[in-house]
Amino acid sequence: MEKNLETIFQDKIDNEIKIEPKDWMPEKYRQTLIRQISQHAHSEIVGMLPEGNWITRAPSLRRKAILIAKVQDEAGHGLYLYSAAETLGISRDEMYDQLHTGKAKYSSIFNYPTLTWADIGAIGWLVDGAAILNQIPLCRTSFGPYARAMVRVCKEESFHQRQGFELLLTLSKGTEQQKAMCQDAINRWWWPSLMMFGPSDDASPNTAQSMQWKIKRFTNDELRQKFVDMIAEQVKVLNMTLPDKDLKWNAETKHYDFGKINWEEFWQVISGNGPCNKQRLDTRKKAWADGAWVREAASAYAEKKAAKQSMHAA
Amino acid sequence: MIAIRKFYYGDYGESKNGTADISSSNKTKNEWPLWEVFIRSKQGLDHKHAGSLHAADAAMAIENARDVYTRRMEGLSIWVVESKYIHASNPDDADALYDPANDKAYRHPTFYNLPDAVKHM
Repeated sequence: MEKNLETIFQDKIDNEIKIEPKDWMPEKYRQTLIRQISQHAHSEIVGMLPEGNWITRAPSLRRKAILIAKVQDEAGHGLYLYSAAETLGISRDEMYDQLHTGKAKYSSIFNYPTLTWADIGAIGWLVDGAAILNQIPLCRTSFGPYARAMVRVCKEESFHQRQGFELLLTLSKGTEQQKAMCQDAINRWWWPSLMMFGPSDDASPNTAQSMQWKIKRFTNDELRQKFVDMIAEQVKVLNMTLPDKDLKWNAETKHYDFGKINWEEFWQVISGNGPCNKQRLDTRKKAWADGAWVREAASAYAEKKAAKQSMHAA
Repeated sequence: MIAIRKFYYGDYGESKNGTADISSSNKTKNEWPLWEVFIRSKQGLDHKHAGSLHAADAAMAIENARDVYTRRMEGLSIWVVESKYIHASNPDDADALYDPANDKAYRHPTFYNLPDAVKHM
């Protein structure tokens, strides 16, 4: 019986039929999705923090309005994704709990500090650019609620990357200091952005199974290469450089070769030792604790109102 | 151990194949209820399921739905319904429910061969 269900399940996947929450699925598929979707959601939520830092210091009203809209989008993306994960049987509170206790991971990139205004541009261009490459194939992922959430996310994400590039473009045409600030931000965000695609394929134990289940459509290394090829061209428009002396066009492979990634740094940041891990988690936990009275008051008010209503009905 | 159920959209009660069962509600005791959001994108079209969210009551659910699902003119009207009130068919019954429609091709206009001379039909 079990084998039969599993064959039916894999047949659906092979025929590009989406899996919906009520359908039978292998326990491991469910667990993999819960892990991936909730980590994705956490990343959107924690991702608001480095950028939120700069809302009050945006250099113009235009930039401020854009940044607020972008940060609000990230909150929305987190909410779409939490809802998708909830259809798999985990509760919102459980997921928050996993984030706040450090049990759940989120994208390592958000543990780096935003030191200057140019970082807001670099995040939009590089970090959101990398995220988009990851997210576009996820619109076709095999689990229906996840795919639907990603369609919505992708629609909104494109403005994030474009506003970032435009911000850097403006700086790149500015004063010497502004140009230097632009280059400095690119230098600091380039390598962490490359790490966003995750460990290389031979060190990524979940990739093969996730490919068979069509949760993932491309491997980490495939997407990373695509990103390098894209950014290596776009950086020329900015008249800036990427901080990699090994970066050069390879006419044979028709791709850019690039230098070795510092995986030691990646694992350090993932396991809690990045420059801002503690600060980010503390901010999250404080926001959650500070909001407790609001959540309780709203529940109490709703209960009171419902009680009144049933009294009238009686 | 008593299985306490939490309702998700498309949930249909006890089933061995269900994926939405969790054995304890301890972790969710403070959670605001889950709501399903339906949005009419344009006058003249149906409300369509957009997603779900948590809110303490219906008014808050509509406000949150406005913020979460209509930031770019995606809607002109919002319906919200608490997820526990949604009843859905069981995928295990799909064969019994939908197969009988398969062999009734005569319900489709293309089943009938008419001479080309017949116009406007």
